[in-house]
Amino acid sequence: MEIPRHWRLQKQRYSLVGEVCPHCQAKIFPARDVCPECGGEAKKPFAFSGRGKVYSFTLMHSAPAGFERSTPYTVALVKLDEGPVVTAQLTDLGTKHAEIGMPVEMVTRRIREDGDERGMLIYGYKFRPVMQS
Amino acid sequence: MKNRDDIIIAGIGQVPVGEHWELSLRNLAARAMLAAFKNCGELKPQAIYAGSYLASVASGQANLGALMAECVGLSGVEAFTTEAGEASGAAALHLAVQAIQSGYVETVLVVGVEKFTDVVGSEMEAFISQSADSDFEGMQGLSMTGVAGLVMQRYLHEYGVPRPALSAFPIVAHANAVNNPYAYFRRAISEEDYQRAGLVCDPLNLLDVAPYADGAAAVVITRRAALPKTFHQRVVKVAASNLLTDSLSLHDRQNLIGFDAARLSAQYAYEKTGMTPEIIDLFEYWDAYSIYAALELEAAGFAQSGEGWKLGQDGSLGLRGRIPVATLGGLKARGFPLGATGLYQVADAVTQLRGEAGENQVQGARVALVQALGGAAATAVTHILESE
Repeated sequence: MEIPRHWRLQKQRYSLVGEVCPHCQAKIFPARDVCPECGGEAKKPFAFSGRGKVYSFTLMHSAPAGFERSTPYTVALVKLDEGPVVTAQLTDLGTKHAEIGMPVEMVTRRIREDGDERGMLIYGYKFRPVMQS
Repeated sequence: MKNRDDIIIAGIGQVPVGEHWELSLRNLAARAMLAAFKNCGELKPQAIYAGSYLASVASGQANLGALMAECVGLSGVEAFTTEAGEASGAAALHLAVQAIQSGYVETVLVVGVEKFTDVVGSEMEAFISQSADSDFEGMQGLSMTGVAGLVMQRYLHEYGVPRPALSAFPIVAHANAVNNPYAYFRRAISEEDYQRAGLVCDPLNLLDVAPYADGAAAVVITRRAALPKTFHQRVVKVAASNLLTDSLSLHDRQNLIGFDAARLSAQYAYEKTGMTPEIIDLFEYWDAYSIYAALELEAAGFAQSGEGWKLGQDGSLGLRGRIPVATLGGLKARGFPLGATGLYQVADAVTQLRGEAGENQVQGARVALVQALGGAAATAVTHILESE
């Protein structure tokens, strides 16, 4: 039932594609065809680097339907290096605790499973701590 | 100054907020509407505006206008639903005020109704998250409580707020609910209870979160000129009514830890009436989460950004304090019946302004500020009510 709804967002979900405003060069995510900075039309695709920093986070002990099996999980506001803020789960934290200011990078992971017989698996972006080299 | 065209709240009606296993959506709404009729005397509405957020998914029922009219024997009148997330009831009242101001109708019955307990746990949590951005917040596993967790974490960080300070908001709300027969949790809580509460969306704990429940509340509003001679209530006027929006998602906000829509909405209401925060005798604020209570105080001009929490530390918020809040329990202890909540807030404010709040009466209460939010203040609805 919901398949087209997820399919149409695949570029955004899998490769963090947003837009860049031709008028003021603001980078936009999610794509919306209108620049939130200057109000001009903005339809030019722009692929984000996927790097950013944690702006805030919450540890979800109580989850909405479709996410119960993942608790507890961390949802963060990630401020991307290019400007916009995106809402996403943090992953691969291991023994680390999420922290405001923590550098993170985008990875593609399973986001949600519908537990019923239709059983759709949805993939998309999550963010993990940047590996120390 | 009395004007024939003043908008008057002539009647209020409510059912106790709670788990009403024996009552359906229509039973709840009918009881609130009939109570509001009894309370207003002989007025007959020409329209019914219903505020409901989740009736179509939680009760499988849409087209509530026709249902509401039928429930109270008014089949045939103009009636429909307004939806503005959790602020739906307040939005319906705003619409009714405009309809009367325009001259289109004279008297409107406004009802807010939500049936919460027919759908369990996580599924309902997913429905409720519809007042955030479904594709880009809900799909990441974020609930409305999670959104509040994000706001709170950043607020604590940015302003260096001591975590326990937020306990003041639920403690005040619970103390005020004890004497309210319509409240869900009629018991006080202590600092220790708060410290012991389990984490829900860390840093939010269970006692930071207003409890969802079933409920319905209704008001009858009319023009002053239409008040019947037999009208025996103290007159309460709607001095200001407006609704503003911000971006739907938190991540698109210019200001992630200040409720800009709520701030501007309060500001417009002050400008419209020539009032200032100093004139407000009580504030029925939107304490869906204790962090929102702090942000509401900032948005409405009672504190600077980052300092709303301080009002909880010096007794300002009590019934005899500088700015009494949640005077009959607020969302936290009266309960949070989603789209119906905005009209419970109005009913509480009217109860105070009529001097009918009993042991919880705010002495000399004449002006009340009432604010309802949809989502994390993606929608903000402000009413200023004034008694004569």
